[in-house]
Amino acid sequence: MDLLRFTTAGSVDDGKSTLIGRLLYDAKSIFEDQLQAMERSTERRGGTGVDLSLLTDGLQAEREQGITIDVAYRYFATPRRKFIIADTPGHEQYTRNMVTGASTANLAIVLIDARKGVLTQSRRHAYIAQLLGIPHLIAAINKMDLVDYSEAIYHTIKTEFSAFCTQLGARDVSFIPISALHGDNVVDRSAHMPWYTGDTLLNTLEGIHIQHDINLRDFRFPVQLVCSPQISGRPDFRGYMGRIESGSVRAGDEIVVLPSGHRSRIKHIVTYDGNITEACAPQSVTLTLEDHIDISRGDMIVHPENPPRSAHEFHAMLCWMSEQPLQPRGKYLIKHTTHTAKAVVQEIEHKVDINTLATGEASELKMNEIGRVLIKVQRPLVCDVYRNNRASGAFIVIDEHTNNTVAAGMIAAV
Amino acid sequence: MPARLSHLDVLESEALHIMREVAAECKNPVLLFSGGKDSIVMLRLAEKAFRPGRFPFPLMHIDTEHNFPEVIAFRDKRAAELGERLIVRSVQDSIDRGRIKLRHENESRNVMQTVTLLDAIQEFGFDACFGGARRDEEKARAKERIFSFRDEFGQWDPKNQRPELWDLYNTRVHPGEHMRVFPLSNWTEMDIWQHIAREKLAVPSIYYAHRRDVVWRGGWLPVSHLVQPREGEEVKNIMVRFRTVGDMSCTCPVESDAATAEAIILETAGSRITERGATRMDDRTSEASMELRKREGYF
Repeated sequence: MDLLRFTTAGSVDDGKSTLIGRLLYDAKSIFEDQLQAMERSTERRGGTGVDLSLLTDGLQAEREQGITIDVAYRYFATPRRKFIIADTPGHEQYTRNMVTGASTANLAIVLIDARKGVLTQSRRHAYIAQLLGIPHLIAAINKMDLVDYSEAIYHTIKTEFSAFCTQLGARDVSFIPISALHGDNVVDRSAHMPWYTGDTLLNTLEGIHIQHDINLRDFRFPVQLVCSPQISGRPDFRGYMGRIESGSVRAGDEIVVLPSGHRSRIKHIVTYDGNITEACAPQSVTLTLEDHIDISRGDMIVHPENPPRSAHEFHAMLCWMSEQPLQPRGKYLIKHTTHTAKAVVQEIEHKVDINTLATGEASELKMNEIGRVLIKVQRPLVCDVYRNNRASGAFIVIDEHTNNTVAAGMIAAV
Repeated sequence: MPARLSHLDVLESEALHIMREVAAECKNPVLLFSGGKDSIVMLRLAEKAFRPGRFPFPLMHIDTEHNFPEVIAFRDKRAAELGERLIVRSVQDSIDRGRIKLRHENESRNVMQTVTLLDAIQEFGFDACFGGARRDEEKARAKERIFSFRDEFGQWDPKNQRPELWDLYNTRVHPGEHMRVFPLSNWTEMDIWQHIAREKLAVPSIYYAHRRDVVWRGGWLPVSHLVQPREGEEVKNIMVRFRTVGDMSCTCPVESDAATAEAIILETAGSRITERGATRMDDRTSEASMELRKREGYF
């Protein structure tokens, strides 16, 4: 059984909470005590029956206001797959949450209200999914029950949204007409839409190929910790602990350590369960080398044939997440793989209007704004361009004084 | 290509990565170990993360002294086997020193652990505490970060959490503040039991079916020195197991014949009640009770 992480974007009105509730309910992942709690809440608010959207309301403030304020994670499994849902609110001011949910996802579900068609918000969700490099997109055209399950309306929306996704460069987009409220095409096939011959939402989620979502070509091993325990019996043991972020490695492989450029060979791939001959992303392992060379946290072990770049200066897309706007010439910390460096934002090259996708000049980036910047770092970053490698192309920006995470960054060009 | 990784392999690798980030970036971490199944899995993950070295942190248990004796015995045995340092701080001490005021003698001590925990964090100057909490357990936990920031009063502010992007964790805190770190955030009860079965981990005997005297108080409560049958209550002796092991005065067993991890996996797959819903009377107080406790600094 493998693991698929997906994000759902949409506002309360799109029926996003109802969709998740429906998916969990029909996949038999809602428990009786949760159902009873939902019944009680529905009654307290003057409704009857079970309002499935209540399952995803987490915090007291949200229950009082009937809104979602933050990313919530949900879990369910079918015999074919385990799923992690990052459930993010869709309002404009919560771009930061959408980006957060999208950062770890293999797939995004964009909800489109069949009555309203493709809205600015739907485009915004697709744009963020694409910006964050989510490999698969599902456009779930919801509330089909309210448009008489009309095939014509479905096709109009599909054509328009398809064109937009092509413009973004999204490759894998599926369309599914659903009614989350009544359960049509969510887990069970709809009796109302015989014209739709594709898979249900759950079947699509179960069937999408995700093995190639991780870059399996370029071996990237950022060193997290150096282990030299000085234990009796193994006084010379010196292991480099970390997680393979992309690609794979075999014992005996020739490697190069960056940024120093020292070369060696893999002696052993050590795990608690014994040495193994080969390991791949995203395994956490300990590597030992044939030669004793100086390696510390923040260094990256790679194959010499296709090394990453080493850069003092790079262009990046930033999604700003702090109340304090980004100022040009602002000094920050950047955490990239296992390496933290002082950095200065040299220039804001442009800002993206995420509603129209138009770019324009900007003197600052405010909370929830996205822009392209030029960054200079004190120590070179060993990195890849984000669209080639999510793990070695992503970074966060930290305010050194407040310690807050103030931006998500994606390396666009080196 | 190596064999395809299972969901457990991926979850395990994520947890190892989290633990190693803490070891690398935090000055003085600690792992909260209760002897419960989630923290038992955490110890195996710590072995996988740090062997052949030693753990770069001690273990700590906040002992309510309302624990099941089997769990305390297991705790001490496991810490000794691992050869790692175990710190125990007791709620009773906090009561004796007047840090906690009891309303009545046998009151549940789950909430009170917060005082003892925060005092211990201050006493040792810990800047990161590993906890075994999972997001599938409860609504408020579903919204908590893997690296969950606590202010100098130990409090969690759900509306003001740091964004958590990719797996680039921001571990930075000012003196007096700390992080709670939850490597099992993305695990479910099912994943835990699958891991226990795969790794052949020993767990306290009360997790498996056994006969026990219980009384019915809206759920079966185990009869002990803390729970004495009241006038008119019938004591029954039935086959039960515990899905969670907490304060004996408010932790209910479920009726079960499952005597192995494999049998529990089958039972969990068919279960229609959540883990905490079935077993924790203190969670039933209000829809927000976990959220309120967490805000105060609870695990």
